[in-house]
Amino acid sequence: MSLSDKDRIFTNVYGYQSWRLDAARVRGDWDNTKALLDLGQDKIIDVIKASGLRGRGGAGFPTGMKWSFMPKAPSPERPSFLVINADESEPGSCKDREIIRHDPHKLIEGALVAGFAMRARAAYIYIRGEYIREAETLFAAVAEAYEAGLVGKNACGSGYDFDVFVHRGAGAYICGEETAMLESLEGKKGQPRLKPPFPAGAGLYGCPTTVNNVESIAVAPTILRRGAEWFSSFGAENNRGTKLFQISGHVNKPCVVEEAMSIPFRELIEKHCGGIRGGWDNLLAVIPGGSSVPLVPASQIIDAPMDFDGLKAVGSGLGTAAVIVMDKSTDVVRAISRLSYFYKHESCGQCTPCREGTGWMWRVMERLRTGDAEIGEIDMLQQVTKQVEGHSICALGDAAAWPIQGLIRHFRPELERRIRERGGDLAPMQEAAE
Amino acid sequence: MADAVQIPDEAEVRARWGAFAWTEANERKAKEVLGRYPAGREQSGSIPLLDLAQRQVGEETHTQGWLPVPVIEFVARYIGVPYMRVYEVATFYTMFNLAPVGRYHVQVCGTTPCMLRGSDDVFAACKNKGLIKGKTTPDGLFTLTEVECMGNCASAPMVQINDDNFEDLDYDRTIAILDALERGETPKPGTQEPGRHTVEPVGGPTTLTAMVSENHDYRGEWGSAPAVEGAGA
Amino acid sequence: MPKLKVDGIEVEVPQGATVLQACEAAGKEIPRFCYHERLSIAGNCRMCLVEVKPGPPKPQASCALPAADNQEVFTTSPMVKHAREGIMEFLLINHPLDCPICDQGGECDLQDQSVAYGRGASRFAENKRAVTEKYMGPIVKTIMTRCIQCTRCVRFAEEVAGVEEIGAIYRGENMQITSYLEEAVTSELSGNVVDLCPVGALTSKPYAYEARPWELRKTLTIDVMDAVGTNIRLDSRGRQVLRCVPRINEDVNEEWASDKTRHAIDGLVRRRLDRPFVRRDGKLVPASWDEAFAAIASVDHGGSVAAVAGDLLDCETMYAAKVLLRNLGSSRLEGRQTGMDYDTSSLAAVNFNTTIAGTEQADAILLIGTNLRWEAPLVNTRIRKAIKRGAKVFAIGPETELTYKVEWLGADLSVLGDLPEAVTKVFGDAKTPMVIVGGAAIKGAHGAALKLVDTLGLVKDGWNGFNVLHMAAARMGGLMLGYAQAGGIADLHDARLAFFLGADEVDFTRFTGFKVYVGHHGDKGAAAADVVLPGASYAEKAGIWVNLEGRVQRGERAVFPPGDAREDWSILRALSDAMGATLPFDSFAGLREAMFAEVPALREQGLVRFDWTPPALDAAASGVLEGYPIKDFYLTNAICRASPTMQRCSAELVHGQDFAEAAE
Repeated sequence: MSLSDKDRIFTNVYGYQSWRLDAARVRGDWDNTKALLDLGQDKIIDVIKASGLRGRGGAGFPTGMKWSFMPKAPSPERPSFLVINADESEPGSCKDREIIRHDPHKLIEGALVAGFAMRARAAYIYIRGEYIREAETLFAAVAEAYEAGLVGKNACGSGYDFDVFVHRGAGAYICGEETAMLESLEGKKGQPRLKPPFPAGAGLYGCPTTVNNVESIAVAPTILRRGAEWFSSFGAENNRGTKLFQISGHVNKPCVVEEAMSIPFRELIEKHCGGIRGGWDNLLAVIPGGSSVPLVPASQIIDAPMDFDGLKAVGSGLGTAAVIVMDKSTDVVRAISRLSYFYKHESCGQCTPCREGTGWMWRVMERLRTGDAEIGEIDMLQQVTKQVEGHSICALGDAAAWPIQGLIRHFRPELERRIRERGGDLAPMQEAAE
Repeated sequence: MADAVQIPDEAEVRARWGAFAWTEANERKAKEVLGRYPAGREQSGSIPLLDLAQRQVGEETHTQGWLPVPVIEFVARYIGVPYMRVYEVATFYTMFNLAPVGRYHVQVCGTTPCMLRGSDDVFAACKNKGLIKGKTTPDGLFTLTEVECMGNCASAPMVQINDDNFEDLDYDRTIAILDALERGETPKPGTQEPGRHTVEPVGGPTTLTAMVSENHDYRGEWGSAPAVEGAGA
Repeated sequence: MPKLKVDGIEVEVPQGATVLQACEAAGKEIPRFCYHERLSIAGNCRMCLVEVKPGPPKPQASCALPAADNQEVFTTSPMVKHAREGIMEFLLINHPLDCPICDQGGECDLQDQSVAYGRGASRFAENKRAVTEKYMGPIVKTIMTRCIQCTRCVRFAEEVAGVEEIGAIYRGENMQITSYLEEAVTSELSGNVVDLCPVGALTSKPYAYEARPWELRKTLTIDVMDAVGTNIRLDSRGRQVLRCVPRINEDVNEEWASDKTRHAIDGLVRRRLDRPFVRRDGKLVPASWDEAFAAIASVDHGGSVAAVAGDLLDCETMYAAKVLLRNLGSSRLEGRQTGMDYDTSSLAAVNFNTTIAGTEQADAILLIGTNLRWEAPLVNTRIRKAIKRGAKVFAIGPETELTYKVEWLGADLSVLGDLPEAVTKVFGDAKTPMVIVGGAAIKGAHGAALKLVDTLGLVKDGWNGFNVLHMAAARMGGLMLGYAQAGGIADLHDARLAFFLGADEVDFTRFTGFKVYVGHHGDKGAAAADVVLPGASYAEKAGIWVNLEGRVQRGERAVFPPGDAREDWSILRALSDAMGATLPFDSFAGLREAMFAEVPALREQGLVRFDWTPPALDAAASGVLEGYPIKDFYLTNAICRASPTMQRCSAELVHGQDFAEAAE
């Protein structure tokens, strides 16, 4: 069963129609939002919990539960904050951009509803600096919402005061990590904080804070309007709802499309992307959830359901549902090595394994790309990824390690072939004496 | 560290930029920026204000702008934060240019999704137009930078030139854009694929087709009663 | 009080303790680079990873993880061993193999922990990273390729020194520690980053390539550069002190030392008086000890004898001089060289009663005429800690940068009689109010400040918030030994025979009689003297010093004085024979016993208890403070003035001379 248009949340995702408030209202946004707020905080959180919505930023943490961690009675000296993560920088991800530039009022309304539910005093939308035109749209949309009394004092006539601020970043992938984002919002370098304390206890300015992805927030009003059952009727158990998929790479028609969770990979590609470039036999591998998850070889991905559990079962993850497709013309080692370069470039430099490990891994990857290595170095690289994974302050270290691990797991013969062709030694690498 | 920009802090930079201050319009914008953060949290303004200052430098030099040290110090004083802390921020984020750039800052995405779709051709086009990575063309028109994923993956490959994105590029389209800029024209931003609107599949959307021609309201097709009324369920 | 198990050993730790502290409590060594007890927790080096149950199936940074009930911590499990080996390898891949030429060698955390926790071989086949040196000033030498980005120096500069001039710029593997624009760090405490740096990235510039730690003899003593009494260790080789580093004393200096304490030592081998001199025909000429003694003995003093104690003097020397004068029929003793004559009838009224460590507890602080940053940098750091706990600070005097937020009340002392409401309000609400009277104000405002004891409620049960801040290491000891005249040094001007014991700050033109200088440096005192007797510096004698809070501390001798120079007490003992006024002791131990008999408080080390019996003084205060007594932090005494390092610091940091380019 496929998702029908009436069940799509982001109806203006392609921007055929205006993003402005009056047009958004025609599509159903800001329709008696006061009634949503009148449900009360606990009820809103219950509905979101029941809907099965899991965070759309990559980690997939249950959204309703996250909201419920916030204090029930914040003090005026220590107000609660909602921070919305619009720092979309994960290679392959390009969905929040479409929400922001084409359906910004869904996000702003969601900010109010979510912020109200967690008793926050304001929302900060942290948008990546490179989204320049997108930020212009968002600023203008927020201004419209203020103008119309939808946010600000007595938002939507609910009696609840709630501000929405937009904060632009300036180019740092790491600011998509929630605590790095808070540091950046406080005007510092985007270096992740140690946890604990978790943001719900001490986040922005030391106050209780929840950080949510744009998509997680923007779907909330529709879920409340249509009910938890409606949302949870899509997707497999534990993987409910609709989802914006972003398909890039070697498909005939790359696109962003909202589909039901758990849609099989083949169906997703066939229906919306015009198939794999050169046919299904030409498919090499897929990175199904943005650069941070391991790639999956063709044979395993084709029938996999595109959801958290389905992709976990093939050794990868849904991530942001950014599907990077590679056909057999791909230099897969180069494709992964380029990601290694990305992580080296984006490492904040704070903690040792990531700062030192990402550069080392990339350099070895570059040598493996050309075959200028020894067979033993493949295992060494694997060990280095294991020394990075799980040892860094934030998940960037893990994200840098996983693509390489996926490559070694599935394409070891290719790595060895290149080394052999270049005449590399088959003997295990000698350890250089210190 | 060979690829790190060296910060020019020579006397001439001090002389040129030592008296930097907001223009009247930017003073207003700066106040507006600080209005977004609680009192005592002016440091939060460091990134937006550095951006504003870079843009003002850009206006004054008719380029995309950069951040001379005295300008960084001006921003630090404006928000009452030690120079070192703002300087750290300026060096941390990639969008702050620590050396002058040209009229057009050509930022080509080279990350894997763009690479798979042909960013090599985009770089080749830039190279054949005389653009060299990390350098500004002798005429001061173009500075070429390879950047990391810009979030335009479904319309890759892409380039961001100043404030606009140009997507669905290939060699010829890249040349055409650079040529147009050289001629002083303003090429159409967004996808360069004829017939494509934004990120729908080429040839027309497979979903939400009703939206193409009118601002369709799907609520009439929802069917079941909205949850707000059925709150007790 | 969480109870947890570390490697099977049950420990109970205070609430708020970290897992790392719990491991230490269980006697387990946890390797670390970025963690430091006195700095905020960064958690960035990842060396302290341990396995914790319950918890995620990956190692946790023990320095940042709160200890909790029923935790099980493993410090030697395969997971931990693997983690440590991995981190160690990462730290080393870009670290140069230049240990043979690195000054940190032998006391390098990276070396030690590499041996203990590393894999023993490198698998890194790429090129190592090189980082350009950064100029940080005359004290700190940088070899930044060695840096492991632990950010201890950054945190020290921000949190302890209060000078946010060190930072980490760029990001990822390009991250570099630097001073702002590679300019000198303008802190009096910059040398501490050398101790903090766990590797050889920040080393001591004046000590560069001087010695290896294992060839140095280590002597524990007390610093005399200010009245704080910083506990130090002098590292010497042969007859020369090569290095001065702080010892830990929580009550005094924690584990810090000012740059002057650390680096004035190269003045100990310059401009030294290494033989007696006698003035003949207006010129000082070398003489034998006998000739010098004879010249003094021939003075017809008729009992008109005076002694002026210098700022660096130990109690024993002052006591020996006091007994000598007594034997000669005089009691004209003074240590306040510059003319101070404040009331000393109650030593509590001129003491730092709150104590240095107690300063941290203060919640309202009023500074009266003191530039703490220069007069006592390590009291200043305590004020910073008090502010972190919520204290408010007001100050009277010319505005100066103290490294923290101060509400200035102007420079007119008359404000003491009519404090603004903002002050009285804060002090009214304060539980632990504190006033510090500095050298600039004690002359004009001693009485007015004492009056505040009543009006601001400074003294209460278990709390004394009245403080006078002295700047001379010899001051409190001198006052206890009676080195104070009612009229100050003016009472001594007409003495027919005057002894200047390391006193160089005196207006010598006022002294009309015969002048004898006993001291170690050829500075102002020696230049003005008729006879010069070469003595020992603080590094060359054992001694007792009493710091500004009345803390009796003992130091040991690190090296011998140069040439014919002798320890001061033995000079006075020999001279007393020549003058026919023999001192009643012929050993250092005998001297001390006699001194203790006379001033029993000097016997025991630790705080002296002065009874709070303040004198009734005129409470009126007037006059505008023009400045503070110290005009140049780096050149406050004869040793500093002879020190090339201190001269360089003065030129660069006080007078703004540009040396930056010379660094390359």
